[in-house]
Amino acid sequence: MSDSYYLSGDLPKFGEIGEHAPELASKFFSWYNAVFEEGALSEREKALIALAVSHAVQCPYCIDAYTEACLEKGSDPEQMTEAVHVAVAIRGGASLVHGVQMKNHLKTLGM
Amino acid sequence: MGKALPTLQERGASLASAATQRRILGGVPLERSFPAALSESGLMPFRSAGLTVLQANVGKLCNQTCKHCHVDAGPDRGEVMSDEVMDAVLSVLARTRIPTLDITGGAPELHPRFRELVVGARGLGRHVIDRCNLTILTVPRFDELPEFLAENRVEVLASLPHFSEGQTDAQRGAGIYEKSIWALRRLNALGYGEEGSGLTLNLVTNPVGAFLPARQAALEKDWRLELEQRHGVRFNNLFTITNMPIGRYLEYLMETGNLDRYMGRLVNAYNEDAAASPMCRYTLSVGWDGLLHDCDFNQMLELPVSATAPQTIQDFDEALLSTREIVLGPHCYGCTAGQGSSCGGATAD
Repeated sequence: MSDSYYLSGDLPKFGEIGEHAPELASKFFSWYNAVFEEGALSEREKALIALAVSHAVQCPYCIDAYTEACLEKGSDPEQMTEAVHVAVAIRGGASLVHGVQMKNHLKTLGM
Repeated sequence: MGKALPTLQERGASLASAATQRRILGGVPLERSFPAALSESGLMPFRSAGLTVLQANVGKLCNQTCKHCHVDAGPDRGEVMSDEVMDAVLSVLARTRIPTLDITGGAPELHPRFRELVVGARGLGRHVIDRCNLTILTVPRFDELPEFLAENRVEVLASLPHFSEGQTDAQRGAGIYEKSIWALRRLNALGYGEEGSGLTLNLVTNPVGAFLPARQAALEKDWRLELEQRHGVRFNNLFTITNMPIGRYLEYLMETGNLDRYMGRLVNAYNEDAAASPMCRYTLSVGWDGLLHDCDFNQMLELPVSATAPQTIQDFDEALLSTREIVLGPHCYGCTAGQGSSCGGATAD
């Protein structure tokens, strides 16, 4: 058993997840690849969204994968950093907006 | 990427030796060798399919020292094409129907006979490409160079790694972006990059780091928008070129611990379609010293054309050279990764 979670060498093993459920994995990866194809959004824009979401869900595999993908799709570090800030703003905002809940309850409990 | 360094040669770095570079590349563990990959694709023996481009590297002298330069070009490099070799290049063009002369360097415009070479080839009715670093156009003694290129209908293939200043300067040196944009505007003012002008301005981008280039068509769309909006700059086509693990880019890969990973990336991205028609099958590369190579990358690794073919431009023999077997190495994966890469950009979908 490994003494550490999140080993970078595990990322290339992602495909092996299909070992015990090949049909589900095949469906997942087929859909996954289709999601990132150029459509109404460009591949570059989709990679930037993926990078931002990677930070929101705090997945180190995804962060490595989509940092490289963003560069390979032509984004620069400034654009990537702004995308991360978008994720952070939503995460921060999502916490802060719960302050309204706090205020509602304060009203209930307070005098 | 950090601050620009002098050339490998000026620093006395061991990587200045082509033999050292070949040894290092040969030592990188790969899933399969490049000839094995071609063989599995049914592409062996791998031969020239005819000569449509004569690429002349007129020397290693350059006014820049870009970090990704496979030539290890720079202001200190004294290797420039001799009169005898240049005369032989023009003589070969006169004796054959090779349609395109592709002039590269270093900064090829720094060669004292650059204009003579251009005029000679154009006089023979050949298409001429100038691989231009753009900043050479900002050097005072090259004031009139854009007009000369326009008058001679030379295709300008200009290097610009990114539409953003930070990325461009990270690869090519501080202040390069601003000068490059100035030069592009100067070319645009003469009609370069304008539809219907007959003056072709193509841009070339190499990734700024240890990763593969973006899909060419998608990137071209972004670049057209960004360069127009930011600077009013127009161009005809954008070509993506994969960085080759040679020269200063090899040094960068080694120093950043990226060499094995990058080579693995190239191998994993092997594309059979791109492998079927890389530039070496249609190009003959002549060095400043007159020696013949399958491409500019083999030239920098000092890998001559097959021993069954003539070795120098003075001994040029079209029949032998246009059927020669291509000399292969692990670096060849750079031209077959993803959409493929050539001096004219991507080679496959």
